[in-house]
Parts: sequence; C-alpha cells; structure tokens
Amino acid sequence: MTDIATYNFAYLDEQTKRMIRRAILKGIAIPGYQVPFASREMPMPYGWGTGGVQVTASIIGPDDVLKVIDQGADDTTNAVSIRAFFRKVANVAVTTDTASATIIQTRHRIPEHPLAAGQVLVYQVPIPEPLRFLEPRETETRKMHALEEYGLMHVKLYEDIARHGRIATTYAYPVKVEGRYVMDPSPTPKFDNPKMNHSPALQLFGAGREKRIYALPPFTEVVSLDFEDHPFEVQTFDQPCALCAAKNVYLDEVILDDHGDHMFVCSDTDYCEKRRGDGHRGHLAPETDLAPETHSAPGNMEPAQ
Amino acid sequence: MTDEPLLRVSALSKSYGSRVGCDNVTFDLWPGEVLAVVGESGSGKTTLLNCLSTRLLPSSGTASYRMRDGHFRELYRMSEAERRFLMRTDWGFVHQNPADGLRMTVSAGANVGERLMAVGDRHYGKIRATAVDWLSRVEIEEDRIDDEPRAFSGGMRQRLQIARNLVTGPRLVFMDEPTGGLDVSVQARLLDLLRGLVTDLGLAAIVVTHDLAVARLLSQRMMVMKDGRVVESGLTDRVLDDPRAPYTQLLVSSILQV
Repeated sequence: MTDIATYNFAYLDEQTKRMIRRAILKGIAIPGYQVPFASREMPMPYGWGTGGVQVTASIIGPDDVLKVIDQGADDTTNAVSIRAFFRKVANVAVTTDTASATIIQTRHRIPEHPLAAGQVLVYQVPIPEPLRFLEPRETETRKMHALEEYGLMHVKLYEDIARHGRIATTYAYPVKVEGRYVMDPSPTPKFDNPKMNHSPALQLFGAGREKRIYALPPFTEVVSLDFEDHPFEVQTFDQPCALCAAKNVYLDEVILDDHGDHMFVCSDTDYCEKRRGDGHRGHLAPETDLAPETHSAPGNMEPAQ
Repeated sequence: MTDEPLLRVSALSKSYGSRVGCDNVTFDLWPGEVLAVVGESGSGKTTLLNCLSTRLLPSSGTASYRMRDGHFRELYRMSEAERRFLMRTDWGFVHQNPADGLRMTVSAGANVGERLMAVGDRHYGKIRATAVDWLSRVEIEEDRIDDEPRAFSGGMRQRLQIARNLVTGPRLVFMDEPTGGLDVSVQARLLDLLRGLVTDLGLAAIVVTHDLAVARLLSQRMMVMKDGRVVESGLTDRVLDDPRAPYTQLLVSSILQV
C-alpha cells in the first residue's frame, strides 16, 4: 500500500477516536443506555454501517484481527468492503474465522460459534431507539427511558398477539438490559437474542446516522420482553442446513431456480464452511470434496500486508 | 374515610406573562364528589384543570393530594416520575378531543390495556379479559376490540377514552369538555354512562364545561369562573336555581330554551 500514509491509522483522527471512546466507556458504564456522540461523515452512505465502522475504527489496534459479517456472511458486498477498508486504512489482519477474530463487526447477526472473553462484537445499528415507532418524539422517548416508562413496549407486543395470535416480531426484538434499560438489539433475528445474555464478549452498538452508541459489557443480563402466557421463543426450522446438515442454527432461504425450488442454508457462512470442512454433509451438498471450492479452509487468515 | 378531602387547592394562580390564566383559586374536593367548573371561553377553566392535573405548573399556590396511603402530598413538589405514575394509576384525564387521549394507531384493546401494562401487568389473557370487560361497560361491542380508534365514531372514541382512563381504578378523573363536539343524542347517552360510572365507582371528578346542562346532570357542586377568578361556588342546584353573582345570573339566563 503506497497511500497508507495519507490516512491516519484506522481513518479517523485521534480526537474523534477519543470522543467515540468516551461515548463507548459511558455506554459500558450504563448498559443499554444510548449515548449521543458526534458521528462523523464516513466514506460510505448512511445505512451501510457508518456507526459500526466508527466504533471499530476507535477500538482497533495494529494487533487486532478483524472479521466483518453482513447477515452472517463474510462474502457479501458490505462485509467485503468494510474488511478491505480496514486493511487499507489500518493495515490490520483480517479473517473470516470467528474464533480467531478479536473484533467482529456485524450487520444483523451474531455468529453461531460461541464468542469468548476478550472478543468484541460491534453491531451496525440503523435505528437505536426501540420506542421510535411507538412514540415519534425524541424528547418524549428519552424521558420515557429516564423514568423507566416501558408500558408502551408491551403495547406493541400486545398488538402482535391480538393480530397474529402470537408475538410476530421476529427481528429487532426488544430486550431489557440488567433490569433497567429497554434496548433495540439492532435488526438481528430474535434467534440471536439469547446469545446476548451473559455473553463473555463485549458488545458495542454504533448508529452513525442517529448518532448514538450503546453497549453491553461482558456477562450482562439481557432479557427479551414477553408476556407470561406468551413467553419469548426463538425461531425454529423444520429441516437442517441443506449444505452442512447443522441443526439449531439460523437458516436463510435461498431460491434455486425459476420453479420455486428453494433450500435452507446456514446464514453464518463461516460456520457452514467449517462444518463441511469437518465432513458434515447436507442433502443438497455437492458429492465431491469441497476443498478447491471453499475459499476459506478452517482458520483461514489473511495476513496484514 | 370521607372526613378528609381528596384534593386541597389553596390560592392557585397561573399567569402567562402579564395575562392572568387563573387567579387565587381555593377549594377542597372530597372523595366521590363531582365538581363542575363552568364559565365562558377564556375564563381560565382549562388553565385551572391543567394546573391541577400537573400538566402545567402554576405560578403560585399549592395543591395537595391524599395518596392511597392516606398521606397528603404536595403535587408541585413531587418528582416528575411520581407525578407521571400518579397520572396513569390514580388519576384519569379525559380530553375534549379523543385523539389527544388515545393512541389512534393501536387497537382499542391495547388502548385500554396500556395503563395495565404500564404498571407491570404481563399476562396477555388477563389484560385482554379486562379490556373486553371495560369495552362492554362503555357500550363498545366486543368484536371491535381489535379495531383502531380511527375506525370509531366520535362518540365511541370518547367512550373508549373513558374506558382507557378508568381501567386502573383511579380515584380522581379530570374531564375537559367531555361531551364537546358530540351531537345531542350521543351526548345524552355519554352523560348517562358517565353518571353511572361515577356513581358505581365512587369516583371524584373535576369536570370543565361551558354547558350548564352537563354541569347540572353530572356534578354535585360547581364553581363559576370569570376572567380567571371564581365568582361563585356552591351546590350545583343552588347555583343554577338561585344564582347570586351578576355574572352567574347572566350565564344562567343565557341558556337557550327550546
């Protein structure tokens, strides 16, 4: 890289990083509380992860190993671009392997592989305010958080049950953090909600357009809201992953042809490839060995340049 | 139980700069009593109601409310959290325009259930059963429970607003022109319903109205306001049948006879 010198390390200037780190520290000190911060213009449009990128840029160091996923996949546009961005501006090692990453920036999934202490999960958040669609006034929602007035959140769940016979919210499912703040877990499927509870990893949430940062320190209690007679449930799938036969993972529906044929495959591509590498085979997996096809053998790591 | 008032108001004044909203209003309200505040537009009735319900802070004066534990609390010294809790449990506020008091984009059932959920009710079946019960008490059919108030007529919206306010069993309800904007037959049924509910539940209420007939039907006691001051107060029948203040005499004689 010849143009590396034209950027400060990790793109943001040091004053901005300090400002964001202060917001992050405050967020960690008050789990689930949305801390306002002076979000910067980033070289990407709002909605593409400007909040997550700023958080990552503020915490990343030269020794970090970065993984970026978009809806669970390491190989989609958003993930590839952000990974390339940090290789360019921070010259850090990047990986697709969940276990060997120290920072994982994610858009709307939590990896299937359990996170460990010392890892940081950075969420890209479009709308940080869980009450936004129930109460449009920011002044009022902040007051509701301050006074812990969360009856309205249950009104939404009530409406779900009244209309659909069950809680139909499947993503961005509201949670209560340490018995205090109601928080939007970003649009992750509710399948991932239990993984946030008492996670050994640090979880940081960045919303660039809305200029908010919030956080879950390791081992924080995160409870999904529900009713006594309609308890919280995660999605279940009738069949295992068509490629790696994994059960109890979150699956994506993939359309195969113009006749409506479809298959369900792991949304977490790294997890799926690892399992296939270990010899697991789903009913639609190719008969031949996948070795030449997979671009990431287990533990694949692209070194720093 | 009734040897102490529910609400004590003393020398309450609210001014908007040099303009007077209400001036030096003093009265006691007793449990189960309905007090009507009447007067022409701009006489300060609504300012008074907003001050009492802590939606506005007065310029001077005090109001203390007897909490459920029997102790009087000074309303304007309570924290905002306490006031808001009081407002959604022990108090109700019926707006003239139901759209101000309802959530127009959630179903009737959720509108009634919101207060229950706000105080920690977490059982869907029980919340819904309570909502059904309250809808029937305000004469809304059970099969409308999942409709949004937007699909309701004006009279139904007003009845829904009343159910939403009464579901937590409040002891004091503020009403701002509860029958304003409704046609007379709907008004009559709503008044009938309100009178029944107030009697059955032993509610205390402060009703602001410019309609003396409404005051006559609902209230036991009334205050007549003019230019922010109380010009006359007393038992409703006495004030209406034997008005003493010149302004009250004018007001009573201005009623159109059909």
